[in-house]
Amino acid sequence: MAKTALIVDDSRTMRRMIALSLGRAGFDIIEGGNGEEALAKLAALPGGKVDLIITDLNMPVMDGFAFIRKVRLQASTRFTPILLLTTEGNESRKAEGKLAGATGWIVKPFNPDQLLRVIDMVVTS
Amino acid sequence: MNLDLEMLRQTFFEETTDLLGEFESSLLRLEDSDGDKEILDRIFRCAHSIKGGSATFGFTAIAQFTHSLETLLDKLRNGLIKANAELIGLLLESLDQLTALVAVEQGLVADAPDSSALLARIELAIECAEGDPDPDSDETLWRVNIRFYPGAGCLRQGTDPLLLVSKILEGGPSLDTSCDASRLPGLADLDPEACYLGWNLEMLSTWAESRFREIVEFVADENQFEIHAVDAFETSTAEPLGGAGSMSSRSNGDFLGSMGGATEQSEDSAALTAPKKAPRTAAPSASSDNHTLRVSTDKVDKLINLVGELVINQSMLNEVVQDFSMEKLPRLMEAVAEMARGSRELQERVMGIRMLPIKHAFGRFPRLVRDLSAANGKLIDLRTTGEETELDKTVIEAIADPLTHLVRNSVDHGLEPPDERIDSGKPEMGTLALHAFHEGGNIVVEVEDDGRGLNRDRILQKATERGLVAEGEIPSDEAIYNFIFHPGFSTANQVTDLSGRGVGLDIVKQGVQALGGSVTLSSTPGNGTRFRIRLPLTMAILEGLSVSAGGEIYILPLTSIVESIRPKSGDVRLLAGEKEVVLVRGEVLPIIRLCSVFGATALVTDPTQALIVIVENDRRKIALMVDELIGQSQVVIKSLESNYRKVDGIAGATIMGNGRVALILDIAGVIQRSREASEQLTLAA
Repeated sequence: MAKTALIVDDSRTMRRMIALSLGRAGFDIIEGGNGEEALAKLAALPGGKVDLIITDLNMPVMDGFAFIRKVRLQASTRFTPILLLTTEGNESRKAEGKLAGATGWIVKPFNPDQLLRVIDMVVTS
Repeated sequence: MNLDLEMLRQTFFEETTDLLGEFESSLLRLEDSDGDKEILDRIFRCAHSIKGGSATFGFTAIAQFTHSLETLLDKLRNGLIKANAELIGLLLESLDQLTALVAVEQGLVADAPDSSALLARIELAIECAEGDPDPDSDETLWRVNIRFYPGAGCLRQGTDPLLLVSKILEGGPSLDTSCDASRLPGLADLDPEACYLGWNLEMLSTWAESRFREIVEFVADENQFEIHAVDAFETSTAEPLGGAGSMSSRSNGDFLGSMGGATEQSEDSAALTAPKKAPRTAAPSASSDNHTLRVSTDKVDKLINLVGELVINQSMLNEVVQDFSMEKLPRLMEAVAEMARGSRELQERVMGIRMLPIKHAFGRFPRLVRDLSAANGKLIDLRTTGEETELDKTVIEAIADPLTHLVRNSVDHGLEPPDERIDSGKPEMGTLALHAFHEGGNIVVEVEDDGRGLNRDRILQKATERGLVAEGEIPSDEAIYNFIFHPGFSTANQVTDLSGRGVGLDIVKQGVQALGGSVTLSSTPGNGTRFRIRLPLTMAILEGLSVSAGGEIYILPLTSIVESIRPKSGDVRLLAGEKEVVLVRGEVLPIIRLCSVFGATALVTDPTQALIVIVENDRRKIALMVDELIGQSQVVIKSLESNYRKVDGIAGATIMGNGRVALILDIAGVIQRSREASEQLTLAA
């Protein structure tokens, strides 16, 4: 069964790029431009479940940290792997993200192979 | 546990021996095949299997070596390197090194040559390969111990610890995997969303430490992930096999599965450490490979069938014997006959278990011939026929050395260098043929070359020099050729690397005779030489003639019997007034009285009333005088030496149908004994 990934980023280019890589790896893609939009998309899914969430941190309306905390409170996504999109050397944001409940991170900029390698480490195939 | 492990090791060694053999034969075929992909794949698989097995058993030296070799072979099969003569040479050397390393682990030899120089050459060859080197293979193989405690909150962060454990295990073959559940609280205190478990992993890997750390990057800090190298055999707490879930632990689901028993993990691993050391020290004596036999399941199945039939037979007999009356006699006889047929077949099949195709002995020659021909610049085409001919395992093992000697001899002395061959109008490439086939109740193995043949005049000259032939005497060609089997007899003008040291063919002859066989040769000057080894099918059963002498039964090996006669009175003469001889169709044969050889009292003293069995040994015929012939039968040979002590003139003993013991005669020994006895007589007189 195909896996589903939720991509949350205010940059449409970034969403497209990630969606392209994940699509090639066999994921169905759902996108959200900010945390709130993503939560709504999630709620609309049967069972409210996805197999992977990739989220940016700086977003309008609801930022990444708030989004992760909300996601972790929902039973359907309590144990879902969540990857942060961060920039090089932003250690405090990584730590904060983990505290909020993120599983791991990927440092921008990255190429599709790097992305898939990280995903491979958090998603059970 | 010890025993199981030992058996597994045994299996590993057997398999490895097979794989090494296949490796070698494929490698040699590769030379002529112009890089056949299928052959390359086969070679790669051999190396790969050996690596896997050796890693499992903790044979780090083998695993490390095969790892490099495998990398090279991988390049080779992917066409990144060409299989030229130099590379094949390197691979053959590697094969030798590998064989030596395996022999060390088997305890057959104390020490193997250092691998490092060879490894460096392999690495060089790998680097020479075009294309990107595989980053995974650049690092050295190490035995790594990892403690991974992902922390209570990991599940809530969306981390699946099992996923990470399985990612870690992708780093190489696992030696031990255990789940530590000691931190698991009682049910009342248990937070179902917390992870209380930790994992202890031990594996062989080529990954650098950083690569392992990468996997756990998101979850682990210092105290949650420890990684360190393990000295293979001393500090390990891991049991290579059979530890908590170690073999099956590669599949994800098992980690939790092994959790139940893991609370006792500390005692468990202590218990596992103790037996681990034992097999390693016990290994050298226990693991030499001559005690086991690999038998095809087909043969075993047939045996089981036969045993089944025997059981049915036996119950039939039981039924007949209960309330036996005379009218049941035909049925009884029928059942007994059936039983006899069954047990005879069973006997044959059981003997068949020990039979191996002779290719086990032939297998080493392609390599040997290749090395020898390379060493002395000869071109040799080795041909073998009848490789499937089956021989007793003991015979196969014992015949390998004499055969090697003959092959070396043919390469060194028989076959000429290419220019000499062209000069004498022969094809440049010499032919060396090994044939094996059945002939009568025997197996014949021939070593035949189309070389220059034996130099009859030179052998005769040498024999005369050594006083084996009287000056001026001209023996038959056959007799002359046979001089080369004399101890210390060599016609080679110079000692070469291969043979010609004057020790050799006499050893071959001794070796073959010790097996109850014989070796003969024929040679045509300019056209080659053929050695012919005749061997018994088995050493466990002997086709024999039972004779009685002085009230005792003796068995004469049928192979040494020429005929038996009852001489007429005129045919028995006394030579020089004391030596008894008998005239058989104009041939004068010395009489040996079997009774006097063994100091028994003959029941028949007159040769014309007794029976004379003419036996042949070493091309000499002897008339052996016995009281009576009893009959021909197959007997099972029992060692007299191991049950009593060695007796000259007796090859062994057997138990006859009536339960009595009969001695099996060793004809050469009997002749020797009688000669000594008569010398003593002469001295006494």
